[in-house]
Amino acid sequence: MSRKIFQAVVILTAGGFIFHGVTRGEVAIIFQKAARICMECIGLG
Amino acid sequence: MKIFRRRLIQLAAFGFTNAQVLNLASGKIYKGELKNFCAPGLNCYSCPAASFSCPIGAMQAVAATSGFNFGFYAAGIILAFGILFGRAVCGFLCPFGFFQELLHKIPTPKKILWRPLMYAKYFVLAVFVLILPLTLTNYAGVGLPAFCQYICPAGTLEGSLPLLATRPELRQVVGSLFAWKFFILVVVIFGSVIFYRFFCRVLCPLGAIYGLLNRISFYRLTVDENLCINCGRCKKICGMNVDPVRQNDSAECIRCGECAAACPKKAIAINFSTSLEKRDDCLE
Repeated sequence: MSRKIFQAVVILTAGGFIFHGVTRGEVAIIFQKAARICMECIGLG
Repeated sequence: MKIFRRRLIQLAAFGFTNAQVLNLASGKIYKGELKNFCAPGLNCYSCPAASFSCPIGAMQAVAATSGFNFGFYAAGIILAFGILFGRAVCGFLCPFGFFQELLHKIPTPKKILWRPLMYAKYFVLAVFVLILPLTLTNYAGVGLPAFCQYICPAGTLEGSLPLLATRPELRQVVGSLFAWKFFILVVVIFGSVIFYRFFCRVLCPLGAIYGLLNRISFYRLTVDENLCINCGRCKKICGMNVDPVRQNDSAECIRCGECAAACPKKAIAINFSTSLEKRDDCLE
């Protein structure tokens, strides 16, 4: 498979992933996590 | 000139990703709309200065949530940046990569990294980012953000230290986990002083993903074999220990451009151009 086909596949996959993630509400989960102190992330949890 | 330009871009990316610097004094976490988006590089979203979410943290946060299993949104953003820029994200946009480069400027004897260590980051990606957040759950069924919790030194540097300095109530929960993470941070700092971009090459799961995409990314390194005189200067100057002539698609190449600047014949190009590709296609 040529490089251009791989590039197209990855672009489509990336777009599909972002769309799927947005539509099932992942952005809200990420925002909730990112807008507070993540105690585990900083080694305090 | 190109190297100076890269420094400026790194500085701008560092500032843009951590634009909420005033929050450092109070230890408040930015809660604005920008946190809905993931930055392309490693930057802890628990840092008071952070404007964006960390893509690895975001992936784990979703994977650890009951009923979700995999963070498609963050993975899509990583793939999009990866296919466009490959590991140029590490070389130009990652704040933690920039931090390591500054550390490496401290004048001490420098060493070359043992090559097999570079494969550790693929293990970290598979086990700590993808598998453990899914499989290890607590009493409430919430998964474990294993990379953030046990490995990520950016979280300790950008999250815990400023927060512990400004919020005394957090100091009461400092325990063995913090001690472990602080130890990792110290190892990474000393490692980065001695080895160029120690964390990027050994432990970073983002570097692993972008490295895999280096082979097919639009932004790429090409060598004109008609101009190359095999002098070896490019290989000698490369901090990532890549030989651009033989491994122009190497997963370790961060597209920093040091090799292109060192080439006496200007045989190395790093850009979105496909002129050499087109020429090769014509020859085929």
